Order: sequence, then structure tokens, then C-alpha cells
Amino acid sequence: MRAPSQSDIAAGEILLAVENVSLSFGGVKAIRDVSFDIKKGEIRAIIGPNGAGKTSMLNVINGFYTPQQGRITFKGATRAKMRPYDAARGGIARTFQNVALFRGMTALDNIMAGRTLKMHRGLFWQMLRFGPALAEEVEHRKRVEEIIDFLHIEHIRKVPVGRLPYGLQKRVELGRALAMEPDLLLLDEPMAGMNLEEKEDMSRFILDVNQYFGTTIALIEHDMGVVMDLSDRVIVLDYGVKIADGTPDEVKANQAVIAAYLGVAH
Amino acid sequence: MDLLYKIFIDPFVQMGGAPDLLIQTLWEGLVSGVLYALIALGFVLIFKASGVFNFAQGIMVVFAALTLVGLHAKGVPAFLALALTIVVMLVLAVGVERLMLRPLVNQPDIILFMATFGLTYFLIGLGEIIFGGEPKVMITNELFLPKGAIEWKVFGGFVSFQKLDIAAAIIASAMVAMLAVFFQRTRIGRALRAVADSHKAALSVGISLEQIWVIVWFAAGIVALATGIMWGARSDVSFALQILALKALPVLILGGFTSIPGAIVGGIIIGIGEKLGEFYWGPLLGSGIESWLAYMIALVFLLFRPQGLFGERIIERI
Repeated sequence: MRAPSQSDIAAGEILLAVENVSLSFGGVKAIRDVSFDIKKGEIRAIIGPNGAGKTSMLNVINGFYTPQQGRITFKGATRAKMRPYDAARGGIARTFQNVALFRGMTALDNIMAGRTLKMHRGLFWQMLRFGPALAEEVEHRKRVEEIIDFLHIEHIRKVPVGRLPYGLQKRVELGRALAMEPDLLLLDEPMAGMNLEEKEDMSRFILDVNQYFGTTIALIEHDMGVVMDLSDRVIVLDYGVKIADGTPDEVKANQAVIAAYLGVAH
Repeated sequence: MDLLYKIFIDPFVQMGGAPDLLIQTLWEGLVSGVLYALIALGFVLIFKASGVFNFAQGIMVVFAALTLVGLHAKGVPAFLALALTIVVMLVLAVGVERLMLRPLVNQPDIILFMATFGLTYFLIGLGEIIFGGEPKVMITNELFLPKGAIEWKVFGGFVSFQKLDIAAAIIASAMVAMLAVFFQRTRIGRALRAVADSHKAALSVGISLEQIWVIVWFAAGIVALATGIMWGARSDVSFALQILALKALPVLILGGFTSIPGAIVGGIIIGIGEKLGEFYWGPLLGSGIESWLAYMIALVFLLFRPQGLFGERIIERI
């Protein structure tokens, strides 16, 4: 993993900007004309009721969905559509709402898979485990072990992830994303289905990743306590429309947000 | 009583009475088992990486062998023809990815399965147009495949090992070993296993599905070529060979659809089981049990171990 570093973008600058993005599936408008930005080094939360278009937004950012309208600027490069491969190569990593791990593989192999793009040695040498390929494998393995230490999952290193409890699976998934040494980390409900203790652990990992590695984070979460504690700025979506954008305190006081969450008297 | 004696006692008395015949039967079972394993391996590769049962694997075996023999018949030297056939299999893999897999991405598995049917008939047609439909002879001499047999005097009789069979067993083992190392150790192998487990997670870490698909179809093509050469050398190179591919089904049921070791062990069990059954128990039923025994073995396995010997046991949480 990287030490806290000055990457190609200075802290506080805009890392990702989403402009006027609209996405629809047939007649269903999932996202309508949404714009926002994510600054380098911040934790940006996306909240909203179920079906508000939060996950769709993440899918647009990492290229799973192609929006019908709008533009995305990442690290200064503007494009109408992002391909998943380009997003990964550009430094966007993510986790999924309902854990998407490589179930048959061990925790270690899952996290190693996160380093796919960073390994370059020829197949032949890799098969022989010899020379430069061996050095490369050892080097990457060392990085991965650091991540494993960081997440306290040494004991499950060699366990096929399909057998792990849910909380640990989420942690392995975070590990795989960290192995990519991303500039932008997208977390889709990292604490869903966790108990209090697990949530506290996960919150600490997220803060540590942000502080020590300087990784910019965009997260979707339903636990408002967690969101308000962790994030620097919050964006609120409702039925695909952005209804609020600001610091946690501003958002908490926003009438539209209260109405969306609690409903209004008619 | 007489029947029970014939089923449970007599065959073993025969085995003990003529161990040289037993060894001969086991050897022949082993060789056909290794060849079944080779076919099953082609299926496993594609199933692992894309979750598709590739019905076209059988015709790929024929097509590869046909291309090799056909090119040689047109005057291309044997080893150049071999190299060109490998190129053809690469072109086929790229074509399949571009024209079949890519447009059908995210479709249900059954649609992809049907598409492999389409591919089967396309390849049959293409093969017939270019090389003609009549059976051909594999160019064993030109490829320096050994001929003749080694005889081993033992237990008062002798056992004969066809040199071709020995070569087939060695080549198949080498291919299996290489594939196993490839899957376990390399970055691409790891990416391949990753794609097998979850497409979207694989995409999110920057694995290119297109590249992986081309690689597996190409690898399956190479396996098909090796299978085609070996089977072709034992019989003829004809379209009837693709029926043999169906023998891979019981092997896969036995070994598990996702396991390379499973394909090998399954192949050997089916091969040996078939030959033993045919030789010792066949006369009871008036012979010819070799053609269906494999499916019976697979059926029994399905009852007790539906995921196969080495298959992944899937536990769904509800």
C-alpha cells in the first residue's frame, strides 16, 4: 500500500466530477440530471431511500452502466462513458452491495486478484515460478500481506471465501479493492447486515484508509449515524434526483431531506 | 444362485486366473480413460471461465483434426500444417468471442448453450465445404507418432502396449500438468478462476472479460487439436468422432464440471470401468455394454454425489 503521498492531484482538488448525468432503463429513469463532485482526499457519502439511484450512480462512475446523457471527469479527463477496465486501470476500485467475491478462491487469492493490473511478467516465467516472475510474485505478495495485516484477517488467509461469515467476506472484499491501490474507492453499503461491533471495525478501517493512505472514498450507507460521523460531505438522492448536497449538518437540517426520509403531511 | 455366481464370483475368478488379461484390460481402459479426460478437459476449461456447457467441443475436435489432415493433403508439410492449425484455432477463438460471446453477454446460460449448438452446425458445414465429408487418415507418420507395440512377458502370458497409446497417455498427462500449473500459478490463471466465480467482481478489478474468453477458447481449441490427433490416429478423422465427445458427459458428471483433476480421475474411472465391464460382465448381457455402461456409472453417481467427485458443493443461503 501507498504511504500518505502527494499523488498527481493535490488535496482539496476535484478528483471526480459528474455533470448532468441521466440514466434510464427503458421507461424507468434511474438518475435524472445529477451533478456533483468528489474532492481529492475526502469521504463523500451518497444517501437516499431505497431505489433512489445510489448504486446506479456508482455503476455509472466505474463504467458498468453507460449514462444516456452527461459527462464524467476523472483526474482531469472528461468522457461520456467509462469502461470498467479503464476505470480499474485509472485507479477506481469498488466493493458491492451484495458481496461479489471469487467464492471458490481463498481470501489470499481474492486479494491477489486485486493486483492483476499491476503484474506484468510473462506467462512462461510465472508458470515456472522463476527469475523476474518470482521476484514480482514475492513483491506483490508482500503488499497483499500488508493489507491482510491492516484488516486483521491473517487467520482466514487460506480459507475459501465462500465459507466465511458475511462480515469477514465484506472485509476481504475491501482488501481486494485496497490491493488495487486505488485513488478513488467506491463502497456500496459496506456495513449492510453487520452487527454493531462489525460496523465499528469497518468504520475504523474506512477512516484509516482515508487518513493513512490518502484514498478518496465515495460510500453509500443506510446507517445515518455512521454516515454523519464518517463523511466530509453528503449528497442525497431521491427518485434519481439530487435533493441536497453539503456537510452532514447542512444535510440533516435540509427540509427536502427530512421530507424524503420521513414523508410529509399532505 | 447361478446368476449371482456369474455376477459376483466368476468375473473375479477369471481376473485371478489370467492376470495378464486383467492387466491388458486395465491398460486399455486407462488409455481410453486418458483420452476421455482430454475431451472432458476441453469442456471444463470453457465451463469454468464462462459457465457455458460448450456443445461444440466435440466438433472442435473434428474440425481441428480435419484442418490438420486437410492442410497436409493440400501439400503443406506436416509440422507447418500443425502450426497453421494452431493459428486456425486462435482465429476461431477470437471469432467466437467477437461474434458470439460479446453480443450475448449477460444473456441467460441457456441462450449461450444454444449458441454453441449453432456453432456446432456452422463448423460441420465449414469443415465439409473446405475439406469434404469423407473420412480421412491421420498423418501419424509425418508427425513422428510411434507405431507398433511393446510386448511384456508376464504371468506366463504377455501384455501388449501400443506405442501410440503410450504416446497419447504421455501427451495427455503433459497437457493436464501444464494446464494445472497455468491455472494455479499465473496471473491469467488467477484471472480465469476469478471470471468463473463472478463477472462483475472480475471487471471491477480490471480483468478484461474479452481477453479471458479468447484465452480459454484458444486453450480449449489446443486441447481439441491434441484430442483430435490422438483419436484420429486410433480410428479415422471423420465427423463421427464428435459422438465421442458425448462420452465426456459421464466423465464430467463423475468428476465435477469445474474441476481439472476431476476430469482426469473421472475419465480414468469411466475408461477402466467400461473396459472391465465389457470384458468380464459383458458376456452376461450378450456384450455391447461398453456403449451405455458409462452413463449408468454416471447415473449412480448423480444419486449419491450430484456435485461430482471434485466439484464445488454449492450451499445457498436462503
